[in-house]
Amino acid sequence: MALTNRSKTVTVRELTWSEKLYLPAIFKGMMITFSHLFKRTPTIKYPDVKREIAPVYRGQHVLKRDEAGAERCTACGLCAVACPAEAITMESAERKKGEENLFREEKYASIYEINMLRCIFCGLCEEACPKEAIFLTDRIVPSSFTRGEEVFGKDKLVESKENPIDVTKRQSQEVIDFKKDKRHYHNRTFLDAKPIAKNHH
Amino acid sequence: MLIYKLILCVIVFVVSLGMAAYMTWGERKLAAILQDRVGPDRAGPLGLLQPIADGVKMFMKEEMLPGKSNRFLFILGPCLFMVTACMTGAVIPWGSGFTIGDVTYPMQITDINIGLLYLLGVVSIGVYGIMIGGWASNNKYSLLGALRASSQMISYEVAMGLALIALVMMTGTLSLGEISRQQDAGFANVVYQPLGFLIFIICAFAETNRAPFDLPECESELVGGYHTEYSSMKLGLFLFAEYINMFISSAVMATLYWGGYNFPFQHELGLEGNTLAILQTVALFAKIVIFIFIFMWVRWTLPRFRYDQLMHLGWRVLLPLSLANIFITGIVMYFMGKLN
Repeated sequence: MALTNRSKTVTVRELTWSEKLYLPAIFKGMMITFSHLFKRTPTIKYPDVKREIAPVYRGQHVLKRDEAGAERCTACGLCAVACPAEAITMESAERKKGEENLFREEKYASIYEINMLRCIFCGLCEEACPKEAIFLTDRIVPSSFTRGEEVFGKDKLVESKENPIDVTKRQSQEVIDFKKDKRHYHNRTFLDAKPIAKNHH
Repeated sequence: MLIYKLILCVIVFVVSLGMAAYMTWGERKLAAILQDRVGPDRAGPLGLLQPIADGVKMFMKEEMLPGKSNRFLFILGPCLFMVTACMTGAVIPWGSGFTIGDVTYPMQITDINIGLLYLLGVVSIGVYGIMIGGWASNNKYSLLGALRASSQMISYEVAMGLALIALVMMTGTLSLGEISRQQDAGFANVVYQPLGFLIFIICAFAETNRAPFDLPECESELVGGYHTEYSSMKLGLFLFAEYINMFISSAVMATLYWGGYNFPFQHELGLEGNTLAILQTVALFAKIVIFIFIFMWVRWTLPRFRYDQLMHLGWRVLLPLSLANIFITGIVMYFMGKLN
């Protein structure tokens, strides 16, 4: 009585003389292991040697400034909503009178935190941001011994004015060309001249 | 001469310990390379300080005695194992001997004329170390491991002894120093006793509890086997004694079958006595290192034997083979007129 209609015929045969001896098989196995002595190991000895990463590698985040040095982020919250791991939290504040050179618009993020332990480095926040404020760079997030150190605030995320981080490799050619067009408010800083007003006659 | 022998004892002991320590490094590096990875390389250049780090770790671990165990036997087990492992180094000829002035200093602690019997006897006492360790742990798994280890070791001692009988028939002497000197004249004994060597090396794997015969201590089946309950330096002694056993087995194989400290064309080099002695010791250590490499190579190639397969191999394959070896050796010697 067949238990199933899927059956496969196998051959069960006695071991040959040389197979019963085991020694030829053992030698063959030992030769295979021996050949591994002469192969290069694929191990990369981090941190002495670092492997090459792509220019679009998604590593640590950066909150960029515009060319005049004002922070781009307006605390709109789209990145926090887009994040699948709910890693981003923020609190907004209103720009005061003398702070036009620090923040682009009236609303800015006074507290902006990304929990690096929750972050999955998917880049959806970078895709969602309407102000081109947040990007993922190719820096690797350093590890630490406590959980608290891994919640990055603005001090670690906002780029410094002296060394702005280059993200042009992450952007397509269309975006780079778009950014050269100074007619759009998005591409101007507070230092650029105001647009020519339309004639109200 | 007594002071010289005492110094030689200390030197042999220290060299055994040093070799065992760096054999752990070699094992880990070799295992890594055979598995396409890099072994320890953080502690010192190339990881050479790793055995020292392991030793310090062993000392700093918590020393534990199980509550219901027999305290005396618990401590005695690894000590016995270690003592018997080191005692075997006393009869191995480490070199031919050097002369200073008109006194010849042999490089063998004692050249007793029953050297081979002494070796087999001490190896048999080594089984006690494992048995006592397993029994005194008061633990089912340790007991099973110890049981398997002791039955494995005594089964393979039978075949080892019989393989050695064929060798002794040829050499006519049990003394290891004499066997080494005889191999100076002709070929190494492996040419005359290939089957004997094969049986001996398989039995050496089983005696040292080395894969593929390492069922007594495998982790997947028996947790740790007979050394489950041991921690800190007592565990260190068990593991160390296993490596010393490996080292001594390699030395015995090199001495009995592969010419000991002799190397081909050693007399045509035209060297003085003492320089030749040093070169001979280097040659012996080269052979020992090659055998240790083979021990480790086999460990990382072959899967483990099941217990009944192990017993089958020991009693039903190796024992008849070694008896056949004796028989064939006898016939060949009769026809070559060497039997008298």
